[in-house]
Amino acid sequence: MKPMHYVRAFYGIIWREFLRFLQQRERFFAALVRPLIWLIIFAAGFRAALGISIIPPYQTYITYDVYITPGLVAMIQLFNGMQTSLSMVYDREMGSMRVLLTTPLPRWFLLVSRLFAGVTVSLFQVYTFLLVAYFFGVELPPWGYLAVLPALIVTGMMFGALGMLVSSTIKQLENFAGIMNFVIFPMFFASSALYPLWKMREGSLWLYNICLYNPFTYAVELIRFAFYLQINWLALGVVMGCLLVFLGLSVWAYDPSFGIQQRKAGAAAAA
Amino acid sequence: MQKEASKGGSPSTPVLVVKNVSYYYGSKRVLDDVSFEVFPGRVTALLGPNGAGKTTLFSLITRLFDAPTGRIEIVGRSAAEWGARALEPLGVVFQQPTLDLDLTVKQNLRYFAALRGLTRKDADERMARALDALDMKERIGERVRDLNGGHRRRVEIARGILHSPKLLLLDEPTIGLDVPTRTAIVRHIHELARADNIGVLWATHLFDEVEPEDDLLVLDKGRIVARGTAEDVVAETGAKDLGGAFRLLIGGETEEDIAA
Repeated sequence: MKPMHYVRAFYGIIWREFLRFLQQRERFFAALVRPLIWLIIFAAGFRAALGISIIPPYQTYITYDVYITPGLVAMIQLFNGMQTSLSMVYDREMGSMRVLLTTPLPRWFLLVSRLFAGVTVSLFQVYTFLLVAYFFGVELPPWGYLAVLPALIVTGMMFGALGMLVSSTIKQLENFAGIMNFVIFPMFFASSALYPLWKMREGSLWLYNICLYNPFTYAVELIRFAFYLQINWLALGVVMGCLLVFLGLSVWAYDPSFGIQQRKAGAAAAA
Repeated sequence: MQKEASKGGSPSTPVLVVKNVSYYYGSKRVLDDVSFEVFPGRVTALLGPNGAGKTTLFSLITRLFDAPTGRIEIVGRSAAEWGARALEPLGVVFQQPTLDLDLTVKQNLRYFAALRGLTRKDADERMARALDALDMKERIGERVRDLNGGHRRRVEIARGILHSPKLLLLDEPTIGLDVPTRTAIVRHIHELARADNIGVLWATHLFDEVEPEDDLLVLDKGRIVARGTAEDVVAETGAKDLGGAFRLLIGGETEEDIAA
């Protein structure tokens, strides 16, 4: 297999995802409206009520809208990851997943390329959000916009891999909305996206413990520290670990020998 | 009863070898020791009723599932040794439509060409040829969603042959199409097999899609119950036509019994 075959296939998968994204402009605006409502309405309201003390990576007092920006960025990526999984379920139902899976390239490569295509789309959404947020007064360190890029790729891949894993367990498109609610909202609310963990511990110890075991917390912290040109090594380790686990399970689930896909097809045929 | 009719000419090395393949969904056996070959330049019709195991067999050949027993080779390549690369010489038209409805014909074909490692220039040239042969050249810029069922099928066939496969699998590609469109597709596939020396495995349950000189496999309850050229199979069963032969083979009754 020539290396150029991999390059062309990788490019082709990203190009297709981008074309689909252009076809679905509503998806782009929906992805922006959600975090902007949080930023403009929710954060403005809580700005007066909540004070954020000086905690790493911040070196001075910050406003609440600055605090929740990394969480909202992660929220965009989480929604996009789930959107990727929705798109994969759709592709499976529409049959186009078969075209991808019968390509003479390793399945892990095809799935990772598909994931990366989803992340590419999410980056457009994130940077557009950050631009709008800038005009609403959320100013981050100038180099932070660039430094956060690797963190966004890693966290985007993790959420995409989670979405892919979820997609492998969903039999029908109709089941997707329910699953999304079970994944997205608990992950978002039980994390450090909206409140610092020390504040959470004061309010509820059990909730604090849940937040500590939530990978979303570490994605948010990785992004938060990257904005301030720092690396949160614990967050990076957890995000990378989760990415590998979710990805490994997804590739297994789509494996022609062992995977969930095969068992589901079998169950359908035997019915 | 397994009928063995004399085999039509075997022009050369087979492009597909399926040997002793069995497959189970849980405890249910859906393929039972299936063996056959497909040769270049010939159309092999895989005829079977619904639930006979045709789609499962196609899923195994295309490696959507792995075959736990037996061996499948595409132009001498088995997935066991070659992995996904065994699929390189393979073109497929699935029973289920697989085009991206929101993309144009050109975008769909370019996407597939990229997956197959073709350059943009090469892809565009092949695309023009394939669509021209299927009378679809003028539709290249249209969104698939705006095409009718017959045209969508033609695009799928164009996509299946875009990378010049040695083996083309067609899983009931004419399902839901009107008679003139079906006839045109059947004719085109036969011409394609002959002109480009492609081996074609065509799963169908429509008798009129099988030409007398085609190789024929009759699959019933996961077993191959007859093989040979279509005309030989008909002659061996003593039926008047392929429909009669098919009913005899899968029902174990005389044609008159079924007709009565």
